[in-house]
This record gives sequence, C-alpha cells and structure tokens, in this order.
Amino acid sequence: MSLKKVHDKQPDDFEFTKENLETANRILKNYPKDKKKSAVMPLLYLAQEQNNNWIPLAALKYLGKLLSMPYINVYEIATFYTMYNLSPVGKYFVQVCTTSPCLLRGANELVKTCQNKISKKQETLSENGLCSWTEVECLGACVNAPMIQVNKDYYEDLNKNDMEKILESFMQDKPLKPGSYRGRLSSEPEINEKKPNGINNA
Amino acid sequence: MLKEENKIFKNLYNKLGWELENSFKRDDWSNTKEIISKGREWIINEIKTSELRGRGGAGFPTGVKWSFAPKKLGSRPHYLVINADESEPGTCKDRDIIRFEPQKLIEGCLISSFAVNAHACYIYIRGEYFNEGKRLQKAIDDAYAKNLIGKNACNSGWDLDIYIHFGAGAYICGEETALLESLEGNKGQPRLKPPFPALVGLYGCPTIVNNVETIAVVPTILRKGGKWFASMGRPKNTGTKIFCISGNVNKPCNVEEEMGIPLKELIEKHAGGVVGGWKNLQAVIPGGSSMPLIPKDLCETLKMDFDSLIAAKSGLGTAGVVVINKDQDIIKCMARIAKFYKHESCGQCTPCREGSGWMWRILERAARGEATHKDIDLLSDVTKQIEGHTICAFGEGSAWPVQGLLRHFRKEIDKRCFSEPVIKKEREIPYLVDQHLLEK
Repeated sequence: MSLKKVHDKQPDDFEFTKENLETANRILKNYPKDKKKSAVMPLLYLAQEQNNNWIPLAALKYLGKLLSMPYINVYEIATFYTMYNLSPVGKYFVQVCTTSPCLLRGANELVKTCQNKISKKQETLSENGLCSWTEVECLGACVNAPMIQVNKDYYEDLNKNDMEKILESFMQDKPLKPGSYRGRLSSEPEINEKKPNGINNA
Repeated sequence: MLKEENKIFKNLYNKLGWELENSFKRDDWSNTKEIISKGREWIINEIKTSELRGRGGAGFPTGVKWSFAPKKLGSRPHYLVINADESEPGTCKDRDIIRFEPQKLIEGCLISSFAVNAHACYIYIRGEYFNEGKRLQKAIDDAYAKNLIGKNACNSGWDLDIYIHFGAGAYICGEETALLESLEGNKGQPRLKPPFPALVGLYGCPTIVNNVETIAVVPTILRKGGKWFASMGRPKNTGTKIFCISGNVNKPCNVEEEMGIPLKELIEKHAGGVVGGWKNLQAVIPGGSSMPLIPKDLCETLKMDFDSLIAAKSGLGTAGVVVINKDQDIIKCMARIAKFYKHESCGQCTPCREGSGWMWRILERAARGEATHKDIDLLSDVTKQIEGHTICAFGEGSAWPVQGLLRHFRKEIDKRCFSEPVIKKEREIPYLVDQHLLEK
C-alpha cells in the first residue's frame, strides 16, 4: 500500500481531448460491454499522460462519470496503485530501484547521487523544475542491476559515474539514451569480466 | 549442462531477432493447425505426460490445472489470463520472453485457449514494462495480420482475441485472484479460495491463470512431445527453466538450464562465480525474495528444483537466484526485503498488514544493534503469527525470508543484541499508562 498525497492546487475541471476520447473508446472495446469498469486502469494512464504525468482529482471525477462508477472507486484505485501520480512530477521522473538485488550491487550510491543532483528529499522537484526522483520497489531487471527507470525507459548496469552523467543530461534537458551502460544487449552473461560496481553496499 | 538443441528459448539474448519472420525460422507457428486438430484431450494429456509445473512460483502441475476448467462451454464464456506481472525481487525472466520470444507466448496463448475453451485471452503485464508491452502489442498485431490469431486462427477453426492490460505497480497483483480483481477494475486485493478461478474467475466466469513462461513452453512441448520434456530434469521436476542469477556474482545473467542443476554449477559456470570467490559466499536466496535463504554449507550440494529445495526448507519459487557474499550485511539485506513486503502488502488481512511493518522495524533495529534478545524472540513469534493466517500466500512470502534468516543466522543477530531492558527503572504507577511514554 502506498502513501500518497493529493496535490494542494487542483485544476477545476478535466476532459479528455478528442484524440484521447477516441483512444478511450478503443480501449473500452477490449472488455465485455457491460464491464466498462475494467477500463479504469488504462484510462487513468491516459489521463495521466494528458496532464503532464500526474492525475488531478477532477480527472478522477470525470472518469467516474465516463465509466459509470462511483468517484470513490476511482479514487481508491488511483491511490492503491503506485504508478498513478496524484501530484506533479518532473519532466524527467527518476525512479531508483532499491530492492535487495539492486542494493547488493550499489543502489545506495545512485540514491545519494539523486540527493546531490536533484533534490534532498524524494518526490520534490529540482530547482529548475525539470527533474524529480523517488525510490521504488523491484523493477524486474535484477540481472542488469543497479538500474533506474526514467518515465518509461530503463537505464541499466549503472555505476556512480554513469548516474552522474545521466542526471546531468536530464538537468540540461538533453537526455542520454536508455539501455545498458556496460554495453550489454540484454541479460546475457558478459564476455569480458569487469569488476562490478560497488561491492560493499548493503 | 543443457544441450543447445534442447533449449526452448533459443532467442533469450536476442541474437536471432524477435520479429515474426525470424521466429518462423525457430519453428514457431510451424504446425499449429495440426496440433490443434489433435483435440483438447490430446493436448491436456500431452502436457500431463510432460509433467510441466507452473513457472510462476507455486509449481502446480499445468495439465491438472487445465483439466479443472469445465469440459463443455456453458452459458458463461471461458477466459485465459496470462500473468506477466513479474515483480518478485530477483526475477526477470518474463521480461526477456516478452521482449525476445513474443511469438512463443502468443502461440502458447492460442493452443492453451483452445485447450481450456477460451475465446478471449488477457495478458496482464506490469505497468513498468511499458516498452516490453509495446513490443508485445507489435508482435500481436503482426500475428493478427498473418491470421495466426483472430477469427479462424491458423485455419484451425478456433477464434481467439488477445488483449494486453497494464498493471500499475502493485506486487500483489501477481497473485492470481488479485490479478483478476485488478482486471475487473478494482483494487488488487486477493479473493478467498475456494471457489477457485478455474470455476469462478474473471467476471465470475471459468478462468485459467498461467505464468508467461508456462504458456511460452507449451508449443515446443507439443511439437517435440511430452516425453521429450519429461526426459530432462528429474522425476516430477521435469524440463528446462530460465534461471535469473543476480546479486554478488561476476557475470549476472539469465540462463535456460535443466531442472535439478546443481546450484554451484549454475553460479560458477554461467554467472562467472561469486565476487571474491566461492569461499566468499555468505548465503543464496534460491527462488525470488519470498523464499528462505540458504547458507553456504548447504549450497555446496544443492540441486535447483522444486522438491530438492523444499527438502532444504526453501523453495524454487520463480528461480530468481540472488547471491549474497560475505562483504554484505545479511541483516540489512533482509531488512530491505522486509521493507519491500511492508510496502507491497495490500492491507486486506491484519496479520500481514501490521506484521510486515513490525518485522521490518525489528530487523532495522537489529541491523543498527539496538535490538534486545527479547526482540528477536518477538520477531520469531510475529513470523509464526503471519504465516497461515492470511487470505493469500503473501503472508508466507513475507514471513519465510525472515524465518530463514532466524534459522541460519541467529548467531549473527544475537551478537548484535543486548539484554538490557529499554525501560530501566520500574516506577510505581497507579493506573495503566502506555509504557513507551515513560522516560527511558
């Protein structure tokens, strides 16, 4: 269960754009006709995407009406799942995986780098307003640990130096490419044995 | 070691290309129509012969699960749901199947849907795997374009539609009934069983829920025969499995191997050995974070399959092997896992909701050296109170790793504890006051 704060400043109303409304109708076709409620999760994503990566309360009310379900049900879903942001996040939303497999390989260093480069506290915007960061639970790329997710992309096989470079690039709004930073294509064993980053971390 | 020709996932590292044309070269979709024409009974029997056990953690025999679905289509439609909500720390096999072998999964969906009478299949993929989901959608669109799925799929006379549904970052949605709740548009909180989903599942209809890896191996098993699959591994633990080796090893990787491979061989041969050498090994979590850890002396001879690991008081789970070497603080490491469970508990059952936080706080205290001996006894008691008192297996999943730690590393913990009581002076207090409000 996640603890979430709803943002203080809420817009008055929310409506899907014409394009998104069409997408929403397309999504609704994936589910049986009398089970509109099933579409609430994809539609929340859609609302989040339309509103700069966060969901205002007005959108929850709008979705409730659209799917003919009570507002409170939409609210409880938006607060239950961690990937719905109920307050604004940076244009580059850095999520650092800190669960054990990543921790064993140096996720602590990545967290420290975030604290130095972006903001002292999690879920706080950086001074230039471009970045924010948070610690998250396992992102399911344990073989490529330590790793971060930025918006939708995975940056894998990091160390402190790479992390500094990556964060620097976000702060200047010129993002580096996602993927492995030790030149791996996927989760294959590396041919050249290199010393893994950070051994004494946990 | 597994022979190259016996590998099921030949493109696990994307060296051959994931696209539809390339997957044809690996025999995907080569005789799907023929397989389906052999009928439901034959498919289910062949899977029973292969003794395939579910790859999602519990290891339930797949053929048996399929046979639970009603034989004839009643008034309610049947559903097949694929569980791609892979969130177990240490596990990242489904991600590679979705990225690099999507056609195996889609073909498996078609055959399995036919076997359980389903015309609709939902793939529930975790929200963080956005790019992987996009890749899968592309693969599904390609398959639709070639009429491999859709109306009269592969000219077999069977209609199948596949839909992708994204989760949103809840570990508990990997539990099958929570997953169904989430698909229905509710909070992901597990349901009471029985009734089992095979009879009352998605929208109250018969539903079979299977893991990605389970479904993706089905076409190859049917093509090469159940006996071929059963000839690998050990009795009741047959076939091949993708192992994810992470943590303090020189070359962390995913690798497909025979069931029952010795753990030492897995780590030394495939993952380049433990950082600092085998003697530097402290413990191994053999099956994703919810399985109890195993100390070094047991690791020497351990075989990686369901039954051997149960005998070692652990479990194969999802086969996510997390290696911890002696440079790490094992208590801190387990405290982090306890924090994971505290964060991910859905909050439905009190023992799990309160207990997971309780375990985390005591372990953190123990790691800092601020716990008393009594605290550790309390910790042991709390794990026993969670285990078996919750609706779903999350309770066990959160209690077992801590029990494993207490079983094998009690001495390490005791070294850091002290016996002094927190409240030193006893004062006479005329009525009940919360003890923690008293001065230390």
